[in-house]
Formats: sequence, structure tokens, C-alpha cells
Amino acid sequence: MIKFENVSKKFGEVATLDKVNFELKPGEFVFIIGPSGAGKTTLVKLILKDYLPTAGTIKIGRINLEEIPKRKIPDYRRKIGVVFQDFKLLPDRTVFENIALALRIFGEKETEIIPKVTEVLGLVGLGERADFFPAQLSAGELQRTCLARAIIGSPEIVLADEPTGNLDLGTARQIVKLLKKINEMGKTIIMTTHNFEIVNQMKERVIELDKGKLISDQKKGKYHFK
Amino acid sequence: MIKQMMKQHLKTTWTHIRRAPYQALAATLIMVLTFFVATIFVLTAAGSQAILNWFETRPQVTAFFEDKVTMEQVDILRAKLAQTGKIKEAKYVSKEEALAIYREQNKNDPLLLEMVTANILPASLEVSTTNISYLGEIAQILRQESGVEEVIFQEDVVRSLHEWTNVLRKVGVGLIATLGGVSLLIILVIIGMKVALRREEIEILQLLGGTNWYIRAPFIFEGIFYGVVGAILAWGISYLLLLYSTPFLVGFLAGIPILPVPFLFMLALLGAEILVGALIGTLGSLIAVRRYLK
Repeated sequence: MIKFENVSKKFGEVATLDKVNFELKPGEFVFIIGPSGAGKTTLVKLILKDYLPTAGTIKIGRINLEEIPKRKIPDYRRKIGVVFQDFKLLPDRTVFENIALALRIFGEKETEIIPKVTEVLGLVGLGERADFFPAQLSAGELQRTCLARAIIGSPEIVLADEPTGNLDLGTARQIVKLLKKINEMGKTIIMTTHNFEIVNQMKERVIELDKGKLISDQKKGKYHFK
Repeated sequence: MIKQMMKQHLKTTWTHIRRAPYQALAATLIMVLTFFVATIFVLTAAGSQAILNWFETRPQVTAFFEDKVTMEQVDILRAKLAQTGKIKEAKYVSKEEALAIYREQNKNDPLLLEMVTANILPASLEVSTTNISYLGEIAQILRQESGVEEVIFQEDVVRSLHEWTNVLRKVGVGLIATLGGVSLLIILVIIGMKVALRREEIEILQLLGGTNWYIRAPFIFEGIFYGVVGAILAWGISYLLLLYSTPFLVGFLAGIPILPVPFLFMLALLGAEILVGALIGTLGSLIAVRRYLK
């Protein structure tokens, strides 16, 4: 489903990713781990086509990302759900409106937006917070809103860039459980993190990066950080 | 779907305007100023053109005859003038007709009507030429005729009016172009500031799959809003001012029938101004948004 072939990304002379190779199957849950500066966010941005690789090819299904013309990038991005560490919610819109925004961008009919958002709000446990503004929510609730927005368009892939970075361990576990629940619905989840407790607990596939290089790719249940 | 998108964009546009009322006010006021000056210049230019047209339809050379001149002599003179091929019309005004005109002109002043009879008014020949440059030549022919007591013609008035109208048009076009340019810049700066303030929102929309047009639309609508509202307000103010000053202008123009300005003309002017306002707004906001979304 997602294939990185010798992918490198350089900013000037500094390589943030260096000849990275891996392949993900549909419906997989994979953690991308590594210290700060390892290249985790670069990898996410490459999948989002926010960055272009300096070398190598990235394929999503049969599509080579390099071949997607600029005007088609929005269409491509609509097929990917994204969760950000800093939530990226619009502060002047309610939880409902933030989630509905993704559907409005897709041009979904207003009559279909209400039931879809209500359903997703129920899934992430925010039914009671629909009319709250981001400033009135806890960090966990903000991340759940972000998660709801990411999955509202039924994407095949969900990218979660350090979704637990701003959360305490208990809340982080809740978010990862939610991601697992979404994964069980058949979605491919790519989650970057440096929260090893969660990685150990989930026992999913783990790709480890360091200084832009892929240093290990452990299959489901094989990785354990000591 | 288009209707729904439009509704959504208009709602966002209104939110943008409501959240920065002073910027919106500044943009609207500069557009009002531009269109106010434009309206005044268009009205003045149209007015002076109408005055010019009116003058050109008036008799341009008038020859007053001595009392001894007979109708035969007048006819010979008319034929002589017609032979030049430069006259449009040569109308004979008898003493009686001159009295009737005099009476009509002074009907509100009985004192001026007393003691005036047809005998003391001269008969005349009112000549209009096909081109105003022939006036001098025709006047010269008339002056050389025996029996012609006096010749008057309005060459200077018409020529001055022509010059003034031309100058007015040039100054007007220059001033409107300058103000139009300034308005465009102001819209560009204000929308540019709003785009910069909403950088994070734009980034989110891009990451969620918003197309460039989806992101641009509310900013473009905002530019159009300033242009159109500015044009309508300026037109309204100018029209009110024109209606208010019409009685004074009618007195000032002393019988030159160019007022009141036809409502259809004003409506056409409004339409044109709305169109230009929308164009300035679109162009200004497009340039501003393009700079950021490159």
C-alpha cells in the first residue's frame, strides 16, 4: 500500500532522511519511532506530499507521488487523514464545525454532514462537547477532535504525527486505543512517537529511525524497548 | 453543491469582515472616495458635453438687418450662403417673431414688456454651420452684405467649451486612474494582511485537502465586497448631492436644458461602477492571495 524506495530528503547539505526503504500493507498499524531529528515528521510530510523527496520514490497503492500534479494534491490529501501533535484546530470554530470542515472542503451535502459528524463524535467520545470551542477543551479532548476530523472523510490511511506528544500517559493511552479501534476498521495507521511505553504496550510493527536512517524494522509483537 | 459552497464562502467572508471591522471600514472608505470622485467627474464631463451639444444646436451666427431690407434681399443672401455648402440652416426671424421671442423670454417681467413694439426690434437671419470652424467665414460674408447692421456669433463660447471638455476628460481620466490604482493597492495590502493573519488556517485547509480556489474564494469575495459596497455608497452620495443641488444648477445654467439627469443614465452609471468596483476588488485580492499561495 505504501512503499518507500531509497527515499532521501535533504535540506541543503543536511539529510533528514537517507535512503529509507520500507513497505506497508493495507490495514497495518505501524509506529515510526526515533529521537528528535530522526526524520519522523519529514517522513509524514513526504507521504502528505508537503515535501518532495530529493531522491527515491514513494508509492501509495499504484500511484507514484512524484507523478501527482500540483493541482491534484488536494484530491490526494483528501484520501489521507492527519492527526497533528499541535492539533491544528481552528480556534474560532466549535468541535462540530472543526470536524465538519473536512467534509465541507470535500463538498459534502449539508444534510449528510450532521449525521456523519455526530457518528464520529460518538466514536471518539465527544458527543457532549460538540458545541465547545477548542479553548474550552482538555488536551486529550483536543486530540480526539483532531482524530475525529482525520477519519470523518473515511480515508484509507491515517497519519498521526506525535499525537501523544502533548498528553499525559493516561490520555495518551486513550488516544492510541482509539487509533487501534480505527485500525480495526481496516484503516492503515502510521503513528510517529517517542513514547516507548505505548510502543511496548501496543506490540505493533515498529520502524526505527535515527539521523534520517532506518535502523530497524520490527514486525508486529517483536519490538520491545528496554 | 455550488450553491452550498457559495453559501459557505459568503459566510466565511462575512466572518472575516466582522472580525476586522476597522480594516473593512478603511477599504470601503477608500473605494467610496475613488467612486465619488469618479461619479462627479463622469457627471461633470457628461454635463459639459450636453452643454456643448446644446450650444452646437443653437443658431451660431446671427445677422441683424436694417429696417430697409426687403424679403427679396434676404432670399438672395440665403441663396448666397447656401452656395458655400457650409451652412446647416439659415432661418429668417421677422420683427414680429422677434417680438414674440422677446415676450416669451421676459414674460415674468411686465416692466420690460411695456413700450416694446415690433418696430424697435430688428429682423434677423439665424445661421448654423455644418462645422464650427466655418463660423468666421460665414460671419465675414454676412458683414460684407449691405443692409446687415450687426453680426454676432458664438465661436469663442463653443471653442472654449470644447477645450474645457477635453481638459476635463483628460484630468478626470488621470485622477480616476490614480485613485483606482491606490484603491487596488489598499485592497491588496488589507487582504494581504488578512491572508498573513490566517496563515495557520490556510495551512490547515491545505493539509485537509482544500483546493487553492476553496482557500482563495472568501478573500476574493471580500475584495469584491469592498469594491461593490464602495461603488454603491459613492453613487448614492453623489446622486443625493446632485438632486440637492439641481435647483441651484438649473438657475446657474439659465435655460440650458441638461437637468435633471435622466435616472436611466444614473442607473447605467451605477452598473458600470459596480462592475469596476468588483473588478478592482477581485484583482487586488487575487494578487494578495496568489503571493501567499504560490
